[in-house]
Amino acid sequence: MLIELQPRKEPNRLMLYLTPVIAVLATMLAGGILFTLIGHDGFGAVREIFITPLFDPHKWQDLGIKAAPLILIAVGLAIGFRANVWNIGAEGQYVVGGLAGTGIALATWGMEGWWILPLMCMVGALGGALYAAIPAFLKTRLQVNEILSSLMLTYVSIQLLYYLMRGPWKDPDGFNFPQSRLFTDSQLLPEIIPGTIVHLGVPLAFVIAIAAWFVLTKSVFGFQIRVVGAAPAAARYGGFSAKRTIWAAMLIGGAFAGLAGIFEAAGPFGQMVPQFPTGYGFTAIIVAFLGRLHPIGIILAGIILAVSYVGGEIAQTSLGLPNAAAGIFQAMMLFFLLATDILVKYRLVLGPSTKTGEAA
Amino acid sequence: MTTTILISIIMTVVGASTPILLAALGELVVEKSGVLNLGLEGMMLIGAVVGFAVTSITGQPLLGIIAAALAATASSLLFGYLTLTLTANQVATGLALTIFGIGLSSLMGEPYVGKTVEVFGSWFPDSLAEHPFLRIIFGYSPIVYFSLIMILVVSYFLKKTRAGLILRAVGESDLSAHSIGYSVIGVRYAAVAFGGAMAGIAGCYYSLVLTPLWSEELTAGRGWIALALVVFAAWRPSRLLLGAYLFGAVMTLELHAKAAGFSFIAPELLAAMPYLATIAVLALISLHRSGGTAAPACLTKPFKPTA
Repeated sequence: MLIELQPRKEPNRLMLYLTPVIAVLATMLAGGILFTLIGHDGFGAVREIFITPLFDPHKWQDLGIKAAPLILIAVGLAIGFRANVWNIGAEGQYVVGGLAGTGIALATWGMEGWWILPLMCMVGALGGALYAAIPAFLKTRLQVNEILSSLMLTYVSIQLLYYLMRGPWKDPDGFNFPQSRLFTDSQLLPEIIPGTIVHLGVPLAFVIAIAAWFVLTKSVFGFQIRVVGAAPAAARYGGFSAKRTIWAAMLIGGAFAGLAGIFEAAGPFGQMVPQFPTGYGFTAIIVAFLGRLHPIGIILAGIILAVSYVGGEIAQTSLGLPNAAAGIFQAMMLFFLLATDILVKYRLVLGPSTKTGEAA
Repeated sequence: MTTTILISIIMTVVGASTPILLAALGELVVEKSGVLNLGLEGMMLIGAVVGFAVTSITGQPLLGIIAAALAATASSLLFGYLTLTLTANQVATGLALTIFGIGLSSLMGEPYVGKTVEVFGSWFPDSLAEHPFLRIIFGYSPIVYFSLIMILVVSYFLKKTRAGLILRAVGESDLSAHSIGYSVIGVRYAAVAFGGAMAGIAGCYYSLVLTPLWSEELTAGRGWIALALVVFAAWRPSRLLLGAYLFGAVMTLELHAKAAGFSFIAPELLAAMPYLATIAVLALISLHRSGGTAAPACLTKPFKPTA
C-alpha cells in the first residue's frame, strides 16, 4: 500500500482555502512541540502568541496597527507574485518610502496646512515606487534577476537611512541622537479612535486592499496580471506585454510598500529613526502567500501575522520567550502552507503503487 | 612597511571571500542539478550558531564545524523535502528557509550573545603562520585551504566524473535523465544536501574565524551575495574563485578606507558598496552576454515523474 499522487486537472478550491487554516493549526502544534523540546513552555508559548492577543481587548489596537502595514505591503507583493515577478525587496521600498515622506516632513517643518500630510503620503508612495523601478528597469532591460537586485537594494536603503540619521537629517535639537525631528501635528496621521493608537493609516490599508481585490478580479489589468503569471505563452499570444506587466507589478508593489513606510513614520513612529526597518517587508511575503495572493485572504493573513507579532511581545514579558520566537512561528506557517500546497495540486490516492520511477 | 600593509590587505580579502566562496560553491552544485535554493542566508546562520555553540561547549572547533555542516544539511533537507518530494515552489520555500534560519539562529544564539570563542586559526607553526611574509600563504584558518580544495574537487567532479555528468544532465534535461533511468529526485536531494553542508561551513566561518563573537544575523546578507556570485560565475567553479575574491575585495573596502583615513567618503556608502557592486556586476554580465543565459535549463522547475 502506498500513497500515490495524482495530479488534479484543476487546483482544488476547497483545499486552496482550507490549507492556510491547516498550516496555522499545524504551526501551533509543531511550534508547541519544538519550543517544549528546546526547554521552553511550548504550549504556553502557543497560547500567548496565537490566542491571548485575540481575547485581550487592550491588544486589539496593536493588532490593527501591526496588520495595516503587513496587509498593504502584501497586497502589492501579491500582484507581482501572481505575475511571477519576485519583488522581495519590499523592506527597502518601505524604508525609502518612509524616508521620502520624512523628507517632505522636514522640508515643511514649522508650516501648517491640511495639504502637508497628503503630500507626504504621495511622496512616500512615489519614493517606494521609484526604488522598485530600479529592479524593474534592470529586469526588463538587462534580464537581471529581480530577487537579487531588489534584495541588495534593501541593504543599500538601510545604509541610506543610517547616513541620513547620522548626518543631514539629524535633529538639531536632539542631543546628537541619530534621529529626525519629531513630526508636527500637520504631519502626523490623526487618531481615528480617540484615546487609542489607531491612526488613519489602519482603515486606509484595509480600504486599499479591498480596492486592489476589485481591480484584480474585475479589470482587464487584473486579468493580464493573472495570465502573464499563469500562462506566459498565452499572454504573448494575447498581446499582453510581459515587460509592461513587470513594470506595473514592481511599481505597484513599491508604491504600496512606500505608502506603508510613510504611514509608519507618520503614525506609530512620529519621526524617522534608525530602528525604522522592522522586517514588515519580509513578513509581508508570508502574509501574501498565507493569504493565497488574494486581497481578502491577505487581510485575514495580515491579522494572523499581527497576532503573532503582538503575541510574541506578550510571550516575551509573560514567559521570557526570546524576541525571535515569533519569527520562527511565522516561518513555520509558510513552511506548512507550502507543504500542504500539494493537496491543492494533487489528489492523494491510497492503493497499490503501479510502476513508479522515483521513490518520491 | 608597504608590503606589510599589502599582505594584511590580501589576507583580509581572502578572509572575507572564503565564506561566500564556500556558500556559492555549494549553491552552484545545487543549481547545476536544476534546483534554486534561496535559503542560503538562513542555512549559513544555522551553521554559524550551531558551530559557535558546539565550539563554545566542547572547546573543539572541528566538532563545531562538523555540527554546523550537519545542522545546515538537515535544514537543506527540509527544503528538499518540500520542493522535491512535495513539489512546493522553490522561490517561496527558499525564502521561508531564510526567515526560519534568521529566527532559529537568534533563538539558539540568545545565551551566547556577546560571548567569544578562540579564533579557529592557522594550523601551521607560528614560525610560518606569524611570519611577516610567509603568513600570506600559511596564516589562514584551515577552512580557507578547505575552500580552495573544494573548488578543485567540484570542478573535477562536474567536468570529469560520471556522477558529475549525471548531475548536469538532471539539471539540463530532467525528463531525459529520468527516461534513461536516473533518479532525478535522488540526485537533486544529494545536491541540496551538499549545498547545505557547504553553507553550514561557510556560516561557521563567520562565527569561528572572522568575528569569533556571537551576534544576531552576523552574516549580514552575505548569503544573498553568494547567490549573485553563482550568476556572476556563469555556473563555472573556476570563475567562482575569481568572483569571490573580487567581491571579497569590495566587501573589505570599508575596513581599508577607514584604516587609510579616507574620511571624505561616508562610511555608510562604503558599507553599501558590496550590495551596489553586486547589482552593477549582475547588470554588466548581462550586457556582455548576448542571447541566452548560462543557467541550467531546469532551474526552479519542479519534477514529478509520471508513474
